[in-house]
Amino acid sequence: MATTTTNPKDRTLLAVIGDEDSVTGLLLAGIGHVDQNQNKNFLIVDAKTQTSVIESAFQDFTERKDVAILLINQHVAEKIRPTVDRYQAAFPALLEIPSKEHPYDPAKDSVLKRVQKLRGD
Amino acid sequence: MSGTGPRESVFPTRMNLTLTKTRLKGAQTGHSLLAKKRDALTTRFRTILKKVDEAKRLTGRVLQLASFSLAEVTYTAGDIGYQVQESVKKASYTVQARQENVSGVVLPAFEGVRSKEASDFNLTGLSRGGQQIQKCRDTYVKAVGTLVELASLQTAFTILDEVIRATNRRVNAIEHVVIPRLDNTIKYINSELDEMDREEFFRLKKVQGKKKRDAEKANESRQTQNAEFTEGGGELHRDEGIGGGQAGGADMLDEGKDDDVIF
Repeated sequence: MATTTTNPKDRTLLAVIGDEDSVTGLLLAGIGHVDQNQNKNFLIVDAKTQTSVIESAFQDFTERKDVAILLINQHVAEKIRPTVDRYQAAFPALLEIPSKEHPYDPAKDSVLKRVQKLRGD
Repeated sequence: MSGTGPRESVFPTRMNLTLTKTRLKGAQTGHSLLAKKRDALTTRFRTILKKVDEAKRLTGRVLQLASFSLAEVTYTAGDIGYQVQESVKKASYTVQARQENVSGVVLPAFEGVRSKEASDFNLTGLSRGGQQIQKCRDTYVKAVGTLVELASLQTAFTILDEVIRATNRRVNAIEHVVIPRLDNTIKYINSELDEMDREEFFRLKKVQGKKKRDAEKANESRQTQNAEFTEGGGELHRDEGIGGGQAGGADMLDEGKDDDVIF
């Protein structure tokens, strides 16, 4: 079953990795959170952000015990595609979301790929 | 006929036969139960699959709308990104997980919760574009709502997928490994017991034949001894039993009826 042993009820936050516009919008909705150790639950990725930074943020968010849903821009996910595809755990749920400049492409989504595969046969 | 395939290593006894038969029955019951569970899960899985597909597409549209309203905000109020990022303190939009039970599998369902008091961005857009910002916020809250819904669907999808695979493995293992194994064991024990039966029967036959031969030999030797004795002038005293001799041994009850006694 799920690889995590923690109670899903403890997970209340949404985390987001994305470009500035997506993150700003989501923060406006009120999902932003900064804990006592000044750890943010969001990461802004621009053209200069290095892949290793995205990767480590992804690892960090997926290992945090208070994150229920991790949102990631599809074009950002594309940069760390192997890591994203390898991610199979149920918690936190990983969602790929479209960004302003990059329209949504269902063919690239790791979950939708599986959905398509399962519906195909 | 006899168990040629893999089988349990047991002694072929009647007790083990009964035990194995009970185990086979148990395995068959378990198999049918697991198959039922798998069917129930698969039904659920299919509906979720459809919903996930729809929800993903819907999310794309909703977020497009949301980014458009953000563009409006940028147009009227200027770039608020920095301001928003810096004023983040505590999440006002959180999720709560409820649990749902589908034939023994716990599926979490997220629910977005928006706390009342929180509005960190009261001062954002104070000079201009405040209304747009409010609108944008509402759009994004709705978008996040859709995202949360999608997330719970997707989590259910992932968990169900995993559980269905595990269940399938078990069903197949029972069907193709455990049941044939027990079947083979039963066949083996049966054939072994039959074989023992045949051996026993043969042995008894043998014993009987030997006894018969011995008895005949004894009789013959007695006859010759008797003959020699009478020739030598001896007299034979046969033990003729009670009632004695050829006529003896007749049943008293068969000797006709007594007369009725009349007083």
